[in-house]
Amino acid sequence: MEHIRTPKVENVRMIVTPRKSTVGTLYLSSTHTIFVENSEALKETWVLHSLVYNVERLPANSSGSPLIIRCKNFHVYRLLILQEKDCLDVLACLTRLSRPERYGELFCFSFNPNLDKELREKAWGFIDLKAEFSRMGIPRNLWHVTAANHEYRLCDTYPSELFVPKSASPAVIVGSAKFRSRGRLPVLSYFHRDTGASICRSSQPLSGFSARSSDDEQMLQAIMKSNPVSEFMYVVDTRPKLNAMANRAAGKGYENEDHYTNIKLQFIGIENIHVMRNSQQKLIDVGELAAPSMSDFLWGLENSGWLKHIKAVLDAGVFIAKAVAEEGVSVLVHCSDGWDRTAQACSVASVLLDPYYRTIKGLMVLIEKDWVSFGHKFSHRYAHLDGDPKEVSPVMDQFLECVWQLMQQFPCAFEFNERFLIQLHTHIYSCQYGNFICNCQKERRDLRLKERTHSLWPHLWENRAEYTNPLYRTGHSQTRGVLKPLTTAYCFKFWKGMYSRAEKSVASYQSPADCLNAVREESQQLEEELSAHQEVPRETDAGQETCPTEGKENFRGEEEVQQVV
Amino acid sequence: MEFAELIKTPRVDGVVLHRPFMPTVEGTLCLTGHHLILSSRQDNTEELWLLHANIDSIEKRFVGSLGTIIVKCKDLRVIQLDIPGMEECLNIASSIEALSTLDSVSLMYPFFYRPLFEVIEDGWQLFVPEEAFKDLESMTDEWRLSEVNKDFSVCPSYPSLLTVPKDIDDESLCKAASFRHGGRFPVLSYYHKKNGMVMMRAAQPLTGTNGRRCKEDEKLINATLCAGKRGYIIDTRTIAVAQQAKARGGGFEQEANYAQWRRIHKAIERSNVLQEGLIKLVEACNDQSHSMDRWLSKLEASNWQSNVKEILTTACLAAQCIDREGASVLVHGTEGTDSTLQVTSLAQIILDPACRTIRGFEALIEREWLQAGHPFQQRCAQSAYSNGKPRSEAPVFLLFLDCVWQILRQFPCSFQFNENFLIMLFEHAYASQFGTFLGNSVAERLKLLLSQKTVSLWSWVNRPQELERFLNPLYEPNNLVIWPSVAPQSLLLWEGVFLRWNRSTKCLDEAYQEMVHIIEYNKELQNKVNSLRRQLAQLETEDGPLQTP
Repeated sequence: MEHIRTPKVENVRMIVTPRKSTVGTLYLSSTHTIFVENSEALKETWVLHSLVYNVERLPANSSGSPLIIRCKNFHVYRLLILQEKDCLDVLACLTRLSRPERYGELFCFSFNPNLDKELREKAWGFIDLKAEFSRMGIPRNLWHVTAANHEYRLCDTYPSELFVPKSASPAVIVGSAKFRSRGRLPVLSYFHRDTGASICRSSQPLSGFSARSSDDEQMLQAIMKSNPVSEFMYVVDTRPKLNAMANRAAGKGYENEDHYTNIKLQFIGIENIHVMRNSQQKLIDVGELAAPSMSDFLWGLENSGWLKHIKAVLDAGVFIAKAVAEEGVSVLVHCSDGWDRTAQACSVASVLLDPYYRTIKGLMVLIEKDWVSFGHKFSHRYAHLDGDPKEVSPVMDQFLECVWQLMQQFPCAFEFNERFLIQLHTHIYSCQYGNFICNCQKERRDLRLKERTHSLWPHLWENRAEYTNPLYRTGHSQTRGVLKPLTTAYCFKFWKGMYSRAEKSVASYQSPADCLNAVREESQQLEEELSAHQEVPRETDAGQETCPTEGKENFRGEEEVQQVV
Repeated sequence: MEFAELIKTPRVDGVVLHRPFMPTVEGTLCLTGHHLILSSRQDNTEELWLLHANIDSIEKRFVGSLGTIIVKCKDLRVIQLDIPGMEECLNIASSIEALSTLDSVSLMYPFFYRPLFEVIEDGWQLFVPEEAFKDLESMTDEWRLSEVNKDFSVCPSYPSLLTVPKDIDDESLCKAASFRHGGRFPVLSYYHKKNGMVMMRAAQPLTGTNGRRCKEDEKLINATLCAGKRGYIIDTRTIAVAQQAKARGGGFEQEANYAQWRRIHKAIERSNVLQEGLIKLVEACNDQSHSMDRWLSKLEASNWQSNVKEILTTACLAAQCIDREGASVLVHGTEGTDSTLQVTSLAQIILDPACRTIRGFEALIEREWLQAGHPFQQRCAQSAYSNGKPRSEAPVFLLFLDCVWQILRQFPCSFQFNENFLIMLFEHAYASQFGTFLGNSVAERLKLLLSQKTVSLWSWVNRPQELERFLNPLYEPNNLVIWPSVAPQSLLLWEGVFLRWNRSTKCLDEAYQEMVHIIEYNKELQNKVNSLRRQLAQLETEDGPLQTP
């Protein structure tokens, strides 16, 4: 509270569009900025401090001091504060509060949704990775859990439990870890039951120009042999080849095909986190343009390079999925440290390969596995703490967008809707729940997050009706088998729901999905009414499940003004 | 029959056909006067029946004695025919070229086509101006139906009956016509029931460089204003283009002479520029090897999406003047047969819920395009694959359909028809067995005796069995004005037309089927519940008297 000099400012104007604004009172709490409209409805807008990306004050004019609050989930709030002093106070306060310096300051440690201890613990057990690995149907004679990383002795950014080929001896495991950047040795990420091929992940080898490790070579050999029908394996280096070569000078690099028997090296060319950060900033700028022409927009989109990068990530996933599902060949995926591009490529491939990951629960499991447990640097990438701005990058944003792009091509394949992805995105940044705090499992354990914070997953699960895609039903051809998306340039679209929040709030369109959900909801009520009287007509061919939804608004016939004069 | 002379080789065996998303077929190629037919004579493969009129251009290639003809269609499809024998191939190619570019309208297929269905409701009689006027009369008595153009001498591109202000006599109309390009004097396009405001359309005034004026023209349009009210003139051209038009005898309304009107200039492209845009866009869509950068820059360079945005913006402006500002509007560009009609017809879709039904939309196309004198024959003579310099071809109507699609996508519950309906109209505007889109004006159509010699598209479309696939399952009549967003992020490439032959729509079609299924299941339940409720109510009324003592 010591940072809040002015907890309340009256007569603040919130500017929604150039022509639409409301007057109200602005309150600053230790966790939120709250704007309460002066209207009878007393409509409230809550902005979480930890979601604030930056606060900008524009020069004062005759009507007051403008303040722009930009959020990490791309919401933008424009305020007009009468007194310049108040504006400066709010600015100073928000600037400080939006950049916590210690973990203890994060919202998740004060967020209390009124759960007792028992429920909280149960909530943390909602996603169970042990159960997930057994769901994959991993043959116990070929793969097993190694104790090598017990107490994070081998690799402090990996989970303590790692699946490795049974044929790899403890010495090979240790030796391979030593030959990999930050000890991130090749381990199993996903096993594809249909072909017996697997996706493994690691960091880059410390090969430099000539170094080699027979342990690491044996490790790859062991992975390849864990897929008995296959005679070779792919090593997918997700970096552009040039970047990978440059790493050799620093004693890192990529696998020498002469040293490793029966591997095929494939570069994919996903750019590094710095390129991605700049690209997204340009894209955000495009979304923020005031009344852009079509040329401004298309040129801005092209110039940002964003869709090109999304295509590269999806292409990586497609390559891996094809190798695993069609060729039946195992793949080892790595980039530099194996926690950004590697996580993207593995998780996109998994979504393509396994229909389970296209369900609401399955996507949670996938994120928990490929991102949370394998040590993605959430804290750094999403700027949870005030730190090096060069560590920030929209890695997870890109994964979620790849899923969204797939949803455009396969509208029946996903149990969840766009809202679910946007909600996930918000919470990756919000620090409201403990799931995405810290950079790896060890840090999370040391901070005792499970005792001190709450888990997002059960919360999302309870509200799943809101996140359900009405077109999804189990048994549909798109919900079975492997997805084979097109990645021709014209298949990629600008994600308006994510990047044009302002545009979305101006024009409220009819959403077919919301209409359909309303119809399905009504159908369910009718079914109930019918079953109260007699038997329900059987839905033989579809067998869809209807989900209960709370009284959701049907957008039909909203009249909204688009300013064109 | 003249066609026989053009067909040197009517039949070739062993021809291999390649077409998008379908397995290669080998069979016999036959040329008739109006069709290119390929049949494998096997039951399980679909035959190809292609109207010559649908062929936009062809390319031929030879490898040894094997010839290949690439056929590029006006509906943007590209197919390939491998023809053994050089001579056969050359003959086929030259026949296709000749048959697809027949000059005489009366040789077109609609004059030869005999429907296999029974015409129950003749589309030629469906939308007559007298009927539309009856509706208007029920709302206002300010307007009359004038026969001044009954022999098409006042304005050759107008229909014979026109709705004009009641107080303006035919003589004044003639004078106003002489002051407007092509005689297209201001006529009523739309009456907004909610507030009595109107939208009129015309061609540019012939002010010329010396600022000619016409009292009758001024009086005519002032007659549509309420006392003390101002109106808006929406000129679809930029001020610069409108200025230039003066040198060629055209021009725009001077403030001094039209004091009650405020003029607004917009920037809808002229038709020849639109044609170039279409060619560039389709070229970009057909090259799958483009990198992301190249694709986006080609999309941008085609200006297609910009044109969509500009047209929609202008239509929104017209609608806004009428509905929000409570002002009447006059829309014109140069000839008043292209951009003007895009704007007036789209504004009506925004304002008038009736235009969002199938019948209403058909009526709109009749009123604002066919009867209003959009030169379909000229504009749709060639499509995106035309090689030569465009003469008067332009995708004006396709752009209009694209704009409708954009609104439909933003308001998926407000239209009775679906995307397929719009695509069907696009196809038939360019090549059809029906006579609806032949000719450039009502006068031409009468002369061609289309209503006697050809079948109307509407006669076919409105049959219940055809209509079914054009119905939007999400439709719920919505009596409100719908304001589309014209922000670039909200306007998408119309994939249903431009990527139609480049990527399979299987998954999207499946999604559509799911949607239909959910809604049909709901209807089924509703019927059951309703009948149950009725039964219960009946039981209660029967039981009622027993319970009351």
